[in-house]
Amino acid sequence: MTQPVIEVTKLERAFGANRAVDGMTFDVEPGEVFGLLGPNGAGKTTTVRLLNGILPPSGGTMRVFGLDPATQGELVRKQTGVLTETPSHYERLSARENLEFFGTLAEIPKQALGSRVLKILSFFGLESRANDKVETYSKGMKQRLALARALVHEPPLLFLDEPTSGLDPEAAQQVNDLIASLSRRSGQTVVLATHNLLDAQRLCDRVAILNKGRILALGSLKELSRKLWPVTWVDITLFNGTSAESASASIKALGGVRQVTAEKESLAIQVEAEEVIPQVVSALARENIPMLKVNPRAYTLEDIYFALQAGEG
Amino acid sequence: MNWRSIWAIARKDLKEVRQNKAAWAPAIVVPLMFAIIMPLVFIILPQVIPVEDVEREMGDIATLLKNMPPTLKMIFDGKSLEQMFVIYMAGFMLAPMFLVMPLMFSSVVGSDSFVGERERKTMEALLYAPTSDMELFLGKVLAAVLPAIGLSWMTYMVYIVVVNVASFNLFGGIWFPLASWWPMMFWLTPALAVLGISATVLVSSRVKTFMEAYQLSGSLVVLVLALVVGQVTGVLFLGIGTALVIGAVIWLVDAALIYISVKKFKRSSLIARL
Repeated sequence: MTQPVIEVTKLERAFGANRAVDGMTFDVEPGEVFGLLGPNGAGKTTTVRLLNGILPPSGGTMRVFGLDPATQGELVRKQTGVLTETPSHYERLSARENLEFFGTLAEIPKQALGSRVLKILSFFGLESRANDKVETYSKGMKQRLALARALVHEPPLLFLDEPTSGLDPEAAQQVNDLIASLSRRSGQTVVLATHNLLDAQRLCDRVAILNKGRILALGSLKELSRKLWPVTWVDITLFNGTSAESASASIKALGGVRQVTAEKESLAIQVEAEEVIPQVVSALARENIPMLKVNPRAYTLEDIYFALQAGEG
Repeated sequence: MNWRSIWAIARKDLKEVRQNKAAWAPAIVVPLMFAIIMPLVFIILPQVIPVEDVEREMGDIATLLKNMPPTLKMIFDGKSLEQMFVIYMAGFMLAPMFLVMPLMFSSVVGSDSFVGERERKTMEALLYAPTSDMELFLGKVLAAVLPAIGLSWMTYMVYIVVVNVASFNLFGGIWFPLASWWPMMFWLTPALAVLGISATVLVSSRVKTFMEAYQLSGSLVVLVLALVVGQVTGVLFLGIGTALVIGAVIWLVDAALIYISVKKFKRSSLIARL
């Protein structure tokens, strides 16, 4: 069994009376994209800072690559890349100078630095503007440069804090594609701190939903849906003119079916698990009931998120 | 200690401040005026104005010379009125003005580096770099101190050349710098450069903008002006002994301020101020 990249147990960080991180426990496995989701003030950025040894914790334990960020921050930061929420650059310097500076701090050997910087600039489509001052860049270009900065030393663990914040849809799409490709192509572990639920649903293998420094729920989309809604609903639309009322009689008695609601040509069926749905469809087919559409209800991360936050509120 | 990282931070800070002309231009232009224009005025003046005016001026200076320690007074022995005037002005009166340079320049770079970086919101990314707090601190301090000393020395060289060339006919040879200038250049100047940056680091935790930091740490210039007043009033003369003692006091203050700054310069407190 591989060791988790990040292991956090009962982690706490207080600023005066405010508990920004309040007893978080979670692991992040190698190669996964892990989401930290929550509204502003949920503790996402503070968690990223704690895990990089920028802030000391008030309590609990944390390990990143088996190291304690609080006492071995430099060693941890050698293996992490961070895209900060406000990814400001040295605007009076060129993109190349910016990356060479951070590459030097990350101890990229002098002889490899130039080619590494060019390679990453070209990967992010900034090669032709490499020597231009960053102050002449568009917002999307600056965001790509910030990602390049986080990646220039090829860290195995990447923290991305609101990576698409303030970007137009096109630039946001580009950044999301890049993040997806990082995990797929190079097996990098990614921790994505965001309140953009669509991005998180698209990119994350697992998420921790946070509020006021605490984890409300942790798991994959499927696991979280099951936890919140242990039963599954399937909506079946019958072919034109078929009575749903008569159709319902043939499935009510099936094992695993909990509840059937019939309305005109539609059936809403509550089943114990997804596996029951094919049995329902077979039963209707056996009775020669024509079906137009079978639609298992899928919960989005948004449904889960708001259900959890409402429970908190 | 990773010196490659330290130098990279220092180089980056200097590249950045080089682009901020509004910040460094006054800190260089003013001392250059002292190095070129002022000595020319004081050297050419006694050679073009009537002798009686120089005599009247020297009458005032003579009162001051009475208060001068005998070792310094020896410099004036056997000199003509014009020569005495030039030695007094170029060798003593202007001397403290050169001490403004290391102080101002290290304050400018320090303010841009410690506060400007926060103001431009670039500090957070830097804190995520795999450097230690000490490396970060040293890089930023060197960015301020080394050019402050280097530029001061360049200004001294310009001044030495200008004074000697302009007064060559009057003295019939090279007479400058006076012995008291050596401790000023190599003892007091570095001490003041370090004072400028260490004061800036301390001030930086209490201010929000580059200008606030620059103005606060720049107010240390008052110390140098006290030396000017001291000489004009004849209370204090910048001789070898005085320069060594003042330098030693400043170095002690530097050591204390640097000690406090290093203790305060922690990632956790820097990130809290963002």
